[in-house]
Amino acid sequence: MYAWLTADGGDARSLSQRRRHRFAPRGTWLARIVQATLIAAALFMAAAQDARALSSKLVEPLASEDAEARTAALSALVASGDPLVARVIEALGDGRLYFEDGVGLLVEGDKAIVVDSGAAAPMPKGEAIVANNRLRAEVDAALAALKLGDPDPKVRLDAAKALSESAEAPQREALAKALEKSADPALVPYLKVALARIDLADDDADKRIQAIRAFAGSDDPQVKSLLAERRKEETDAKVKQVIDETLAAIEAKMARSEWVGRVLTGISLGSVLLLAALGLAITYGVMGVINMAHGELLMVGAYATYFTQGFFRAYLPQWVDWYVVAAVPAAFLAAAAVGLVIERTVIRFLYGRTLETLLATFGVSLLLSQAARTLFGAQNVELSNPSWMSGGLEISSTLVLPWNRIVIVIFAVSVLAVVALLLVRTNLGLYVRAVTQNRRMASCIGVPTGRTDAMAFGLGSGIAGLGGVALSQFSNVGPDMGQSYIVDSFMVVVLGGVGQLAGTVIASFGLGVVSKFLEGWTGAVIAKILVLVFIIIFIQRRPQGLFALKGRQADA
Amino acid sequence: MTPWSRPVLSRPEWATALGVFALIGILVPLLHVMLPEGHALRPSTYAVTLVGKILCFATVAVAMDLIWGFAGILSLGHGLFFALGGYAWGMYLMRQIGRDGSYGAELPDFMVFLDWKQLPWYWQGSDQWWWAMLMVLLVPGLLALVFGWFAFRSRIKGVYLSIVTQALTYAAMLLFFRNETGFGGNNGFTDFKRIFGVSITSPGTRAALLAASALCLLLAFLLCRYLVRSKFGRVLEAIRDAEARVMFLGYDPLPYKLSAWVISALLCAIAGALYVPQVGIINPGEMSPANSIEIAVWVAVGGRGTLIGPIVGAFLVNLSKSWFTQAFPQLWLFFLGLLFVIVTLALPRGVVGLVMSWRERRRGAGGQT
Repeated sequence: MYAWLTADGGDARSLSQRRRHRFAPRGTWLARIVQATLIAAALFMAAAQDARALSSKLVEPLASEDAEARTAALSALVASGDPLVARVIEALGDGRLYFEDGVGLLVEGDKAIVVDSGAAAPMPKGEAIVANNRLRAEVDAALAALKLGDPDPKVRLDAAKALSESAEAPQREALAKALEKSADPALVPYLKVALARIDLADDDADKRIQAIRAFAGSDDPQVKSLLAERRKEETDAKVKQVIDETLAAIEAKMARSEWVGRVLTGISLGSVLLLAALGLAITYGVMGVINMAHGELLMVGAYATYFTQGFFRAYLPQWVDWYVVAAVPAAFLAAAAVGLVIERTVIRFLYGRTLETLLATFGVSLLLSQAARTLFGAQNVELSNPSWMSGGLEISSTLVLPWNRIVIVIFAVSVLAVVALLLVRTNLGLYVRAVTQNRRMASCIGVPTGRTDAMAFGLGSGIAGLGGVALSQFSNVGPDMGQSYIVDSFMVVVLGGVGQLAGTVIASFGLGVVSKFLEGWTGAVIAKILVLVFIIIFIQRRPQGLFALKGRQADA
Repeated sequence: MTPWSRPVLSRPEWATALGVFALIGILVPLLHVMLPEGHALRPSTYAVTLVGKILCFATVAVAMDLIWGFAGILSLGHGLFFALGGYAWGMYLMRQIGRDGSYGAELPDFMVFLDWKQLPWYWQGSDQWWWAMLMVLLVPGLLALVFGWFAFRSRIKGVYLSIVTQALTYAAMLLFFRNETGFGGNNGFTDFKRIFGVSITSPGTRAALLAASALCLLLAFLLCRYLVRSKFGRVLEAIRDAEARVMFLGYDPLPYKLSAWVISALLCAIAGALYVPQVGIINPGEMSPANSIEIAVWVAVGGRGTLIGPIVGAFLVNLSKSWFTQAFPQLWLFFLGLLFVIVTLALPRGVVGLVMSWRERRRGAGGQT
């Protein structure tokens, strides 16, 4: 009978959404509808028999003078469960519902619709059904209730949002019920605010105080603005005081969760910087060359991710959610291969000429990004987040950590751990550290410096490729993406100093957190400028970065 | 870098070079003004603008050569000084529009668009040409002085300095992209109407600007040539080759590096101020790090440390750029990228170096027979 109320949403996009639907506020609705139907059945036997669909018979009593009958008719309308019912009730509230010649007509714009069939009809000539204040209040309540129970989560959310801004007393019952029974967590904060809005306007000061106190632990900005609004109108001194106390508590809590939020987003930005800069730090540490094409190696990794996704979509559609995992080795190998080619064809011939290397690698970066533009188009390519990375971890009502950020932090930390192990435990790592410390001495005691350079460059490039996988998950992938990260990763390397991973790690997380905090105060662009200026000044103080290698260094 | 046994150009070659230069700097503008439109020998407006633009770039290249070729400082932020000079003069050009903008207001169009009611304080005085000229020198000069003093005092050099200068111009670009900064945001300054009260697009103005750019390049070249041949230049080269030894000999490198740096920045700023009225636009894109690196490639292509080379390089690269971007726009970046790689790998002393070593070899071979 009420199939439309409980049906799944039309688009079953993902598992999680489907799951949410299954626990949608069906219970609320069943209860309310049963209740309403009982009343309706008692009064309108004929209508009740035909309650399957909306009919003109249900509209007729609305036109009568009898208040009881009208109220009951409204309930029956709601109970009828027809898709048209929300529009009919809305029309009633706006004075666009007509009852003429035994037919209920609903006027929308310059079109009239027969309520029974939804068919078009000639425009009514007479007067619309007049809703008096009492009926209008009931109409509002009925509409709120209807929309809060809509199968479409977006309609529900919109209704809850609208109510949180304009709820009035008659809607209280519908709201309370929706709040009590609603299994849709997204609605809860809005419903609470809507309820409070009604209670705060209550004539009884104690009730107002109670409503205010209920928000003592909240950190919802809506609640804050609602209370602040009320504070202006409030006349009762005691209530005012309670509002002030609660506001202070809310502000403190908001400040705390904002602070936590900034630290966490800062850390996630820091891990992106770490992934982008780690490879650069290795190549710069070992060879003393600035690889201007490093950003393009990130790009290679990101495009490798894109092609892995394409491969999975074409050949392994059932595993497509896991393409990112497969993209990790693919991106590493692709970027490492490109890096090795660059090292063998260009950089090898420029050792000891660091400024020339800088220019040559800039040329390589132009070549790579233009090659990407020619081969794959100037447009950004489309990459989808796997479903297990969408959504977020809700820490409080205002603080949600997106899963993709969390995954990136974990990914960055594991890459770091692997690199650290590689540097400490393997022969290659030993050579890399030796060459970083003193190339000539290392060469004297038999470290194959040429091969170490090539391997280190391949490793650094591969790590850049891994950074590309991470970037592909939440920023644009296109031929110009390399340029936007290169300055940032240089800054990390310059700030951290070379030769030690710790410097790079601290510099990237430090920069991430600091720039997120600055962003909060000054906006993103000014924050970025301030960070750059800060680094420029910092370099004056410590030209070798945070963690310079100690030891005697001759003039290079 | 080992010096060549003979000067780059012999006396007759100098005369030829000056002749070519006079041809560009005097004859082209004269022909542009004197001959009627449509005459076969009259240089087109496009050609005049292109040559004027490249003359400005060549000035920048000479300035870059002074610090990179002779002091060993590779700046990746010289586009900033160029752009600042351009912006300072652009402010004057914006004020010259007067009420002829599309809103017909006293304020520049972009300020009307932002709903600003009056000029910000730093726009005061920009309607006076002498004030604008002062600003063209003062703003980039002071920035270079302050930045250079801090950088050279803490002995930042090599790639570190390059990276930091790049960060500087990048930060400035972000700043100028903001509408609130008060320099037109993304679009920068454009739609200029007049300069010194005369139409900016008339053939006479174009010719005069071209001649001024040529004169500017000549003076910049002579100044740098004088500097590098003086004792100052010798010390500069010594610092480039072995800074620590120069210090042991009792010289403080700071004033040498700093003055070369500031002079170089000032030359760039003047070139920028001449560039803007000729191309008719200045926007934050001029400050992008890639633009500054391109300056380095002009110098590298021509041959650094020769002063004449960077001029050749600026002309070669920019002429091929305008040819490529018309004929094969998608190939230009490939060409530029390859140019960077090939020049650094195969032509460390640029075109001039190639010609010189080819000559020395021939001379050597001739001497033996």
